Amino acid sequence: MTADDSALLSVRSVTLRYRTRDQLITATYRVSFDVLRSDRFVVLGPSGCGKSTLLKAVGGFIEPLEGEILLNGARIRSPGPDRVIVFQEFDQLLPWKTIRDNVAFALTASGKLRRRDAAERAEHFLEKVGLTKFAASYPHTLSGGMKQRVAIARAMAMEPDILLMDEPFAALDALTREKMQEELLQLWEDTKFTVLFVTHSIPEAVRIGNRILLLSAHPGQVKAEINSTGVDTVGADGRPLTTRIQDMLFDRVVEQEAIEHGQHASGGTP
Amino acid sequence: MASTRAAARPEVHNSVTTTGLDVVEQPLGGWARLYENAALRKAVLLIVLALIWELYARWLGNPLLFPTFTATLDALFSGLASGELPSAAAYTISLLLKGYVAGLALAALLTAFASATRIGADLLETLTAMFNPLPSIALLPLALIWFGLGDGSVIFVLIHAVLWSVALNTFAGFKALSPTLKMVGHNYGLSRLGYIGRILIPGAFPSILTGLKIGWAFAWRTLIAAELVFGVSSGTGGLGWYVFENKNQLLIPETFAGLLTVIVFGLLVENLIFRSIENRTVKRWGMQS
Repeated sequence: MTADDSALLSVRSVTLRYRTRDQLITATYRVSFDVLRSDRFVVLGPSGCGKSTLLKAVGGFIEPLEGEILLNGARIRSPGPDRVIVFQEFDQLLPWKTIRDNVAFALTASGKLRRRDAAERAEHFLEKVGLTKFAASYPHTLSGGMKQRVAIARAMAMEPDILLMDEPFAALDALTREKMQEELLQLWEDTKFTVLFVTHSIPEAVRIGNRILLLSAHPGQVKAEINSTGVDTVGADGRPLTTRIQDMLFDRVVEQEAIEHGQHASGGTP
Repeated sequence: MASTRAAARPEVHNSVTTTGLDVVEQPLGGWARLYENAALRKAVLLIVLALIWELYARWLGNPLLFPTFTATLDALFSGLASGELPSAAAYTISLLLKGYVAGLALAALLTAFASATRIGADLLETLTAMFNPLPSIALLPLALIWFGLGDGSVIFVLIHAVLWSVALNTFAGFKALSPTLKMVGHNYGLSRLGYIGRILIPGAFPSILTGLKIGWAFAWRTLIAAELVFGVSSGTGGLGWYVFENKNQLLIPETFAGLLTVIVFGLLVENLIFRSIENRTVKRWGMQS
């Protein structure tokens, strides 16, 4: 428990359960991990492993059934602007506000800044994601990738303690996705923000993360927590990191692996 | 095997240019552009309809059954000049606005209650299912007993006409709002009121606008009907009363002029007020095409 003292976000033995119309579903079971300041912490797992639910719990939208989630040592109880979520869906931008106002809205809604300062800071962060030209446009006129850039700018303008990203690039085409990953890493080089990034893509996890948490499928349990340098390094056993991660996640047999790897390579490996 | 197939199908490499291509981008021609203008298209339609009216009435040749368009226009202008028609219209519209605004206020209350609690939602759904199919005019006899002969009774039925469609549409809009947007609102720490004003209402605005339009149409037709029935006994002159009275005196062109006024108001409100609200909001936001 010594690591907890320096941890920004500390997830301790968290079990999450939610109710649908006719059943109770355990999304994650006793998941623990620590996110340190300036980490690019990736939660990786197959669909249905509860990783998005976990992110929403960190966001304060879901109360853990068991265990606790601490941010700076204080327990998370409700949603708040100190943990800003970037969602997968493109409709996270308010369609009735221009791009600039979408970013400024976040700042004024949270009471962080006054209107004029908010507009200024919005401009600044739009410039960072290269969308100054579109500041006065409405979201429906933008492409998916641009919308996600705006969402990222909006989240970063808030300067939250931790940025929560819920498969933000999953709905983008492969080329745009790669570009966005690159841009995200550049933004991180700029400000060294802390990010908790959820994805089901192994290459994306390897590329984005400096630390990767592997969750098993349904209910999500921690299978491993590993380090990444951002490139698909070949380990001591002669296999690249992505392959090793696949083995850990799926305990798969070799021939299946080859097929899957081919797919992933076309889906966004650098 | 694979290599022989590759040899059978040579690769193709073209150099792409746009020279010699007729059109890459080109502004539309005059007619095409005129056709794109919705107001113009509708104006032409209106003129054609008026022409058909005129021709049919002339062919029929019976001004007691169906006066010509020009005779109706004459009656309309003389009604306007005498001040009778404007004062009737003003009376009707002021009554309509009172009922409409009161209906909206009640709808806002009911919807707020419905969004805040589950029992409120049940209440709204049940009440709407009960009362929405009930024609407002059917309540007029009761209203006359409860509120007497006066504006009160009419306003009561107007509220009934407006309330349910506005409340139902608004609530449906709230419910249909994307969960992502709702989470965004909470994520940025909006207060309860801020959340309603800055997320819920603009997000549900397409539905709200639909509710407002339906409510307006219901109110308008209820009011004219109420005046036809109830104007008889009260003698206060609204548009419905104007129509009724002229019919009694067999002033058929004047009757048509009264009806035409109702139609013109309907067109004006739809095309000027609601359309421009739409253009400035849901269309610009890309929430409606």
